[in-house]
Amino acid sequence: MESTEKAVVLHSKDNVATALADLEAGISLTLEVEGKAVTVPLKARIPFGHKFSLSDIKKGAPVMKYGEAIGVATVDINQGDYVHVHNVASARGRGAAPGGAR
Amino acid sequence: MSFLGYQRPDGQVGVRNYVGVISTVGCANDVAVWIAQQIKGTALFIHPAGCGQLQPDLEIATRTLASIGRHPNLAGVLLVSLGCEGTDVGRIEAAIGDAGKPVRKVVIQKAGATVALNEGLLLAQELVSQASAIRQKEFDDSHLFIGVKCGGSDTTSGLASNPAVGAVCDLVIDSGGTCVFGETTEFLGAEHILARRAVNKKVADKILDIVDRMEKRAIARGGDMRGGQPSAGNIAGGLTTIEEKSLGAIVKGGTRPIQDVYEYGDRVQGKGLYIVDSPGREPEFLTALAAAGAQVALFSTGLGVPQGFPFIPVLKVTGNPVTYKRLPDHIDMLVELGSGKKEGIKEMGDRIYGEVLEIASGKQTKAEILGYGNFPGLYTIGPII
Repeated sequence: MESTEKAVVLHSKDNVATALADLEAGISLTLEVEGKAVTVPLKARIPFGHKFSLSDIKKGAPVMKYGEAIGVATVDINQGDYVHVHNVASARGRGAAPGGAR
Repeated sequence: MSFLGYQRPDGQVGVRNYVGVISTVGCANDVAVWIAQQIKGTALFIHPAGCGQLQPDLEIATRTLASIGRHPNLAGVLLVSLGCEGTDVGRIEAAIGDAGKPVRKVVIQKAGATVALNEGLLLAQELVSQASAIRQKEFDDSHLFIGVKCGGSDTTSGLASNPAVGAVCDLVIDSGGTCVFGETTEFLGAEHILARRAVNKKVADKILDIVDRMEKRAIARGGDMRGGQPSAGNIAGGLTTIEEKSLGAIVKGGTRPIQDVYEYGDRVQGKGLYIVDSPGREPEFLTALAAAGAQVALFSTGLGVPQGFPFIPVLKVTGNPVTYKRLPDHIDMLVELGSGKKEGIKEMGDRIYGEVLEIASGKQTKAEILGYGNFPGLYTIGPII
């Protein structure tokens, strides 16, 4: 659960951070992840409240926020990439059926 | 750590010391209001339930009112009854009496509202006199029981105030206390994640069941709660999946194992983290927290909401600095990421926990000072007949 001025990592298991301001492509952010400082060069513009990856995430691997899987990478995601509906899908699907949890 | 509270005969600890004036049916509300307006030291609980409802709703009303009457923030209770209501007044009275606290009753159909008012004024006055003789004592924080809620959410809720409130829940539980959360509606899409945190399969199944049940009730009324989630607005705001949206809400319950799931209106027994099946709407939900036995409610908000509760301090926390500045009469605390203060979620949790202990010990919340929260709700699932 670390924050700098510009982004927050909500849990030590997370592989994405959330922007706390509109962040421009090309800048580098240093964030603390599991006690280690990680420098992430942003490959795209990240709007306030949106996410970027802290590390490479392989296609099919879980995207982690709040220490839980919020979905699965639909393509290989590189460190610093913008992470949103274009490269992540819900494991539950949109509009999942009732009782789908079982 | 410790706080100042009031020892109750059944072993519970109160953080306020009111006499509850509780109507047992909607048509007794007026007399309850008259009594509570006049007698200082009372807390009024009125609602529209108790008549013209099917049995499941009358049962919800009866058990909720019994639990409300047993709440540790009430030193004694005056019940205001009509006489012919569908709630089981005898059961409510017995439940409060069994907790060892004084319970009195006035009945309007015996001789009219003016007589019930006169009797009620004297009874309430006597109960307040008794209550005022109870002295605060110091209790260690394993006696703390908080309820958590979020409402009027915005982007800052899932990033700052909800995780900070979750950190408080973890602190409460690690200190030996109790925490309850609910708002079953918000579990949708993340119920499988919550279920994994249950202490056993039975509790995990209960979590899945309450979500399924709620969703089926919505479908029976022609509503669809899941389709199209997250909404276009959510996606524009940065939320990618339904799991992410729901996790942003349930993170306010912290990370500890879920001990059990209770029905709306039930009192929570035991220590640790619990769920109460409940709607998210504030008046009904705060009543569920009160019925569960929470001494203090911790309310995370983004846009800012005014709600309080008649006899529970409701502490409001926002992660939105604009809301904090705009609503100084409602919002108690600001937790702000990216403010340059270098305060992380853990430090925010520590700061809020300290304030919860202050509030428990008698410091007033904004809602208490403002007197906001006189219209609590009582959940119903069936038609009015």
